[in-house]
Amino acid sequence: MPYDAVLAETVNIHGHGGDLVEAYTARPLAPGPRGGVLVIHHMPGYDRGTKEIVRRFAELGYNAICVNLYSREAPGASPDDAAATARANGGVPDERFVGDAAGAADWLRALPTSNGRVGSIGYCSGGRQAFLTSIEVDVQAAVDCYGAFVVGTPPEGFPLQVRPLADRVPEVHAPVLGLFGNEDSYPSPEHVDELEKLLQENGKTYEFHRYDDAGHAFFAVNRPAYRPDAANDGWQRIEAFYGRYL
Amino acid sequence: MCTYSTERIEVSRSSGKGPAGWFPLSTATVYYDHPVHAPDAHTVNIDFLAPDRGPGARVAVELSLDTARELIAALQTTVERAKDH
Repeated sequence: MPYDAVLAETVNIHGHGGDLVEAYTARPLAPGPRGGVLVIHHMPGYDRGTKEIVRRFAELGYNAICVNLYSREAPGASPDDAAATARANGGVPDERFVGDAAGAADWLRALPTSNGRVGSIGYCSGGRQAFLTSIEVDVQAAVDCYGAFVVGTPPEGFPLQVRPLADRVPEVHAPVLGLFGNEDSYPSPEHVDELEKLLQENGKTYEFHRYDDAGHAFFAVNRPAYRPDAANDGWQRIEAFYGRYL
Repeated sequence: MCTYSTERIEVSRSSGKGPAGWFPLSTATVYYDHPVHAPDAHTVNIDFLAPDRGPGARVAVELSLDTARELIAALQTTVERAKDH
């Protein structure tokens, strides 16, 4: 019988500016070495569903961590209250996110079981942030699950701090896996086409999969957007992608 | 979709009641996005907030589009009638 014990716990790590920020981690207790996975939560926050995803990556054999990106605005608050506070404040600035993500990647690499390789994955607004890690953070693979505004332009008067990343595609340094629903509007199939074209033109390593009968948040098992066929295939693509690069 | 679509207003001379009782409100955000609890994929969400009292000082609703439309009409009617009082 294989030894499959997993330790899951909340920790403090050093994020942007050396700030201590809250994070949730799950790690196999079997000896390594193994890769690490940085999970980036969706806009509704650092919630139970996201923590389940962290534990799933540990069950798949990775050291996994998710930083509470709303730690500073709402320490100790319930995820929905924290998300509401962050939204009212204009969202998470990219610079701060990058500092927190880099801190989490450093934390993963410092584990005695680390093989030195780290992948990122993000959902919804975290999909865009995962793409940003492929530009700004030392990651060896990045998975963008339906991130909006990687390309495209936010509407005029848009109150949140979200800047498109199309002009930064030449700086992408890690392979990118993109998983998208064809019924999504943000990102729309046209946005996905545009991003794919930019990655192709710049000679980047990428793999996109698009699912019919799926819209935004098709991985979210506790929401009506859940689409088991797309989510099951998506998980297989993620396992294969990380298997190759981590 | 995760619309990010958010409207924000300053709130004055208004109060809300949360788990810890009544408190003065200072901000409200209105957005169409995923709900935490309501059964639709997207809802019109309103958060009445008092940031100086912490994230828990919040009165939140998640409304179906039909309900949000009815609420707009009811607010309009009530505000119009208030002129006569």
